[in-house]
Parts: sequence; structure tokens; C-alpha cells
Amino acid sequence: MATTTVVARRPGSRLKWRNTLLGWSFILPNFIGFAVLTLVPVIALFYIASTDWNAFGTARLVGLDNFTRLLSDHSFRIALWNTVYYTAFHIPLTLGLSLALALLLNRKMRGVAFFRTAAFFPYVTSIVAIAVVWNMLFSPEFGPINQFLTSIGISHPPGWTTSSTWAMPAVIIVGTWREMGYYMLLFLAGLQTIPPELYEAARVDGANPWQRFLNVTIPCLRPTTFFITVMLTIGSFNVFDLILVMTNGGPGQSTLVLSQYIYQKGFVENKFGYASAVAIVLFLICIAVTVVQFVINKRREN
Amino acid sequence: MASSTLTTPIAEIGSAPVHGGNRSTRKRIARAFGYAGLVIAAAAVLLPFFWMVMSSLKTNNDVFTVPIQWIPKTFVWSNYVDIWQKSDMSTWLKNTMILSVAVTFLQLLTGSFAAYGFSKVRFPGRDVLFLAYIGTIAVPWQAYMIPQFILMSKLHLVNTLWSIVALQAFGAFGVFLMKQFYETVPEALSEAARIDGLSEYGIYRRIMLPLSVPALASLALLTFTKTWNDYLGPLIYLRSPNLWTIQLGLKSFVGQYNAEYALIMTGSVLSVLPIAIIFMLGQRYFVEGIATSGLKG
Repeated sequence: MATTTVVARRPGSRLKWRNTLLGWSFILPNFIGFAVLTLVPVIALFYIASTDWNAFGTARLVGLDNFTRLLSDHSFRIALWNTVYYTAFHIPLTLGLSLALALLLNRKMRGVAFFRTAAFFPYVTSIVAIAVVWNMLFSPEFGPINQFLTSIGISHPPGWTTSSTWAMPAVIIVGTWREMGYYMLLFLAGLQTIPPELYEAARVDGANPWQRFLNVTIPCLRPTTFFITVMLTIGSFNVFDLILVMTNGGPGQSTLVLSQYIYQKGFVENKFGYASAVAIVLFLICIAVTVVQFVINKRREN
Repeated sequence: MASSTLTTPIAEIGSAPVHGGNRSTRKRIARAFGYAGLVIAAAAVLLPFFWMVMSSLKTNNDVFTVPIQWIPKTFVWSNYVDIWQKSDMSTWLKNTMILSVAVTFLQLLTGSFAAYGFSKVRFPGRDVLFLAYIGTIAVPWQAYMIPQFILMSKLHLVNTLWSIVALQAFGAFGVFLMKQFYETVPEALSEAARIDGLSEYGIYRRIMLPLSVPALASLALLTFTKTWNDYLGPLIYLRSPNLWTIQLGLKSFVGQYNAEYALIMTGSVLSVLPIAIIFMLGQRYFVEGIATSGLKG
């Protein structure tokens, strides 16, 4: 009895085997690199975070010690606060501006194609070049931005990256300027999936442009908006290279963010264990915020 | 592809018949506002670049003047000669070029190969594996850069160009993008080829690869740009100055010659120029790559 079933199943299982081998042979070249360089480090992160590893000597398991130390770490709290500050302004600003640009471009006008390309250009330009140029534009004394502000009647324009109150707004402005073109493209793609009949129907019902925007555009864009918000959230919480190049966390610690704190602890002070604990906090924040957004999105769908 | 809609002109939304002069005036005002918005936005986006290029052609003293000089009084083309002597620009550009080309090539090869496995071969465990791939896209690199660094130093890759190749070439993003494309290719095509006796590898090479040239172009441009612009990877892994990429080099140049405003701008222009050229030539593929990866993500 047992033998007959095996015999009967054979051709199918051989095909399965063949396909498994075949499938893996395609995936393997990429998978080896991916597994070694991404999967293993992600898993190792959780182990390292529970050790006191500091590049010299051996790692000792210390359980949750690193996390309890975080609670009373003043610099960590500043970094966390600054990250939230950046996120709280960067997300709504980028979302609003990129949607406004997309709405502007989603009509028949001359120059639309040119602008679509131009708006996307900051996104493909390197952070270093962008930071260098903007730092000069923001230059407090003779920089073009402050000259412009003075010319429209602001007698004491801010010191931007040299001032601890204005450094973060400066970074937020540059971050938004750089990314809005990218999200604008995503919004444009979303806008073009809205059937024109919906607008026609709303018009017949006597809806004015603002009502059409609220009751047709916004609901139809929800999947796009959701995706963009998630991407923006993850991106903002992880803001790093822009700050590293523009302000290096300064003046003082006024623009120190979590990613940079991980970098400082890990690569400057060689405290691998402690830095990994910060990394896990960052990781968990990203996941938590994403899950919350998923839940909200689901609820609105129903 | 979803992105094809992007390039086609959009039917005007406000195309209802015009009733009387009142409506058409309002429309004209709306149109004027639209153009004004477009002009302001274009200025906001492009002025920093314009200022960068113009400053790179000024003398040092002319960069910051009151009032702003938008066009240099005399064009100092010699900045573009001096920078090669004052900095190691040629080494930086060479390293960056080597890295960008190698990473792009490997990413295209392994990415499209794996994507074929994920979309056209059926085997147990495939979907779980793909989920693991996608899952890690959401994990920020900042979170696992430390374990990754420890691993790389165990493999003795730190402070070699190989570290950056290893870092960038096996990204899940390429697999994801190519899989999205392969899924739009009808199964009947590969079925017909199978009946004709072509092996899976043959189908990949003879049918899928030629068909996916646009998707490959998108992936190539995005990968090349990403590697060219990467600052953090080289910052962590490339310690010796002879290995520096253009981004690291530019950053150190700014620190070293912090009062040479014009030359700093010249260096910035040179670091952006290759990407600007590629972007202008292949902007269609950029936009398509972004739209596909974004919309279905």
C-alpha cells in the first residue's frame, strides 16, 4: 500500500524537486549576497543589542541593560526629540507640497512636462552637493536667502545653520525641497488612475471645485496617500545623511537625530552593543508607526 | 505598466462646456494662477542649481555679494582647470565610476535572474522567501549598519572597494522591480517556448531579457544614481583617501578649502554633472521606475 502511493506520486514530486532546484538556481546568486549582507545583520542586531560589545575585548551578554541605560541617557532623549521634531514638520510639509504640485501638473498647461522633470531633479542629486549649496544659500550674512528676507522687510533674518533654533527648520526646508518632486510623481500617477466620469458626475450634482477635491480626489487618492505617508514616515525617522552633511548634528546637539546617534556611538565611540540598542528603538518606532497607519487605513477603507 | 499613463497627456479635468463670459473669465483667472504657481515652483526648485552653476564660474569674492549677482561679471572658466590640481578629483571620479558600473552590472544580473525565479518558476517556499525580501526593504539600513559592518570586517572587506560593491549590488529593490515587470509578461509566451524545447535558462535569456529592456534601463539608472550619490556607505567603509568616492572627496574638499567658495561650487557641479546628463537622457526610465515601484508597492 505504502509503496504504491509513493510510486503514484513520483512524477509529481520529481517535478516539484526539479522546480525547486531550478527556482533556487535562479535566486541563489542574489540570495547569497542578500542573506549574508542583509538578513544575517538584521538578525544579529538583536543579539548584539543585548551585549556590551565595544570593539575591544569580547562581548558579554547583559540582557536589557543597554535599554535601561537608554532611559536615562540625556543625549538619546535629545536625539529622539529632534527626530520627532523633524518628522512632525517634514511629513505634512512634503505631503502638502507634493500633492499641490501634482494637482498643478495634472492639467493641460504648457511647460508641465518640463516642470515634472525639473522637480524630480533634486531627488537624483547627491546629498553632499545639495547640502553644500544650501549651506551657502543659508549663509547668515551675505547668503541669498537672508538677502531676500531683508529685502522684503525682515530686519533680523534667522542665522539658519549657525543658530540652534533655526538649524532644524533649515534642514527641514532642504529635506522637503529635495523630496517633494519624488512624491509628486507618485501623486501624479495616483491622480491619473481617477476616472474622469467621477468628476463629471460630481459636477452634474452641482459640486464646486473644492467639494470635488474633498469628495472625489481625496478618497480616490487614499491608497497613494497611504503609501506615501508610510514611505515618508520611515524616511523621516531615519533622516541621516542630510543632517550629517549639513549640520553634523550641530550647533551643539540641536539637530542630532537618532540615526546619527547610532553612527556616533557605533562608529566613533565603538560601542557596538549600545548603538545596536538605539538601532532597535529606531526600528521599533518605524514598525509601530507603520502598523498604526495600516490600521487607520484599514478602518477608513470600511 | 502603470507608468505608461504618466507619459500620456492627461484629459483636462475642467472640460465642461463654457457657459457665458463669467465662466470663461473665471477659467482664465484659474489658468493664470496655475501658471503663476508653476513659475514659482520651478524657480524654487531650479534657482539653487542655477546659483550653484553661476557661482562655480565666479571669483571667490563675487560669490557672496550684496546685492546678489545672478550672472558673473566675468566668467572664470579657470576654476574648472584649477580644481583638478587642488584636489584629487580624478581619483575620486574614477573610484565612483568603477563602483557605480560594477554595482549596476551585478544588480541587473542577479536581480533579474532572481526575479525570474520568483515570478516564473513555481516551487514550495517561494512566496515566504519573497516576503522576507520585501520585509527587509522596510527595515532601515541605519538599523543594521553596525552588524553589517562587523560582518564586513570579519570578511576583511572594510577599506576596500569590494565593501561598497557587496553593500549595494544585492539589493532587494532590484528583485522587486524586475519581478513587477516579469509578472506583466503573459505566461503563454514562456509556455510556447517551453514546448519548443527551450530550457528555463533559455527562456530567461532569449525571451525575458530582451522583453525587459525598458525595466532593466529603469533599474540601471536608479542603481547607478544611487551608488554614485551614496555618501554613508563610503563614509563608513572607505578609509584610505585613494579609495574615496566623489561624495567623500567633495565633503573633505569643503572642509579643507572652506573659504574657496567658487571652487567648492565647481566641485559640486562636477559631482552632479554625470548624473544630470544621465538624468536628461533617460528621464523617461527614471519616471517609469519610480512609478512602477511606487504604485504597486
